[in-house]
Amino acid sequence: MNVTTTAVAGTMESSDVMVTMAPREGGIAIDLDSTVEKQFGRAIRAAILEELDKLGIASAEVRVVDKGALECVIRARVKACAYRACQCEAYQWG
Amino acid sequence: MLFVPGNNPGMIKDAGIYGQDCIMFDLEDSVSLGEKDAARFLVYQALNTVDYAGKELVVRVNDPATKCGVDDLEAIVRTQKAVIRLPKTESARDVLDCEAIIARIERENGIPEGSTGMMAAIESAAGVLNAKEIAFSTPRLIGIALGAEDYVTDLKTKRSAEGIELLFARSMILLAARAAGIDAIDTVYSDVNNEAGFRAEVELIHQLGFDGKSIINPRQIKTVHEVYTPTQKDIDKALAVMEAIEEAHRKGSGVISLNGKMVDRPIVLRAQRTLDLARAAGICLEEGNGHA
Repeated sequence: MNVTTTAVAGTMESSDVMVTMAPREGGIAIDLDSTVEKQFGRAIRAAILEELDKLGIASAEVRVVDKGALECVIRARVKACAYRACQCEAYQWG
Repeated sequence: MLFVPGNNPGMIKDAGIYGQDCIMFDLEDSVSLGEKDAARFLVYQALNTVDYAGKELVVRVNDPATKCGVDDLEAIVRTQKAVIRLPKTESARDVLDCEAIIARIERENGIPEGSTGMMAAIESAAGVLNAKEIAFSTPRLIGIALGAEDYVTDLKTKRSAEGIELLFARSMILLAARAAGIDAIDTVYSDVNNEAGFRAEVELIHQLGFDGKSIINPRQIKTVHEVYTPTQKDIDKALAVMEAIEEAHRKGSGVISLNGKMVDRPIVLRAQRTLDLARAAGICLEEGNGHA
């Protein structure tokens, strides 16, 4: 899938994460803002990259503001944001 | 059955810690139209990741006649973790149409056909009148539930403290469920701050025979458990009935009596149900009959 527009998923509420995705040339750029970045920053980035890879997204600008979200929440918000940014509703599960 | 909004990560994260028997993640009315996709991803990920400690899991999907509803089923059926709750069920056809989609998803994904359970929410006059055919519509159905807010709107009335406007619907749903051998779950009580009103309603539906109560706040769990947990007097009586049966079997006696009264099948069945409820409430019946 290709990111064709700017999209947002998630909220700034506690236990959630707000993901913003925009078109970009030449790879994935992640800007992460998390209160637990020192402890979990590497794991959060890895989860984001894994989800984007599964969706076949090779280039995107990704802004992530984490409010203490579980990894499953981060993955869910990245997926929702990616489908929105790719303007695609043909969801793939599994 | 605790209702949990499907797009709220904080509530989804904590949903398993409150001691309720069942969690129902909602993708329907509690999720705005623009967030349906995000809620679906969230519940899908949570079901596949979070350990809800053996609690029964249910997901209320959107109308399966819409793309949104089909997308919900595509996601949730694949998890094999949750019962599908069909909203606003008006006929057996509604259940069978949803079942056909579930069966197709099961076949396409190598999931044993028939393994996904269903629950139907009845929320209209037409649904109540068709409660029996809904209850008997498919072996997948594990229960039917009353959705009172839409139902009273359909009746052109509103909910009262006494709940007289719901009596017919509750009775119909309960009878249909009992005839079909499935569970009957009562509607939510929306006024979380009215504890006395909530307790009165739980006592009413317990007396009617409902298997459980839908709740919208963890604060309501304790009251439901208090009402549904058998009293020590009931437990002692039930244990005495079961002991009388065993004694009669040992003696080869066909007639069972307890304290001079005949013990017949309905009494035995009620005693067994009392003991089942006591065990479900965590009461240890085998070791001194104290609380676990």
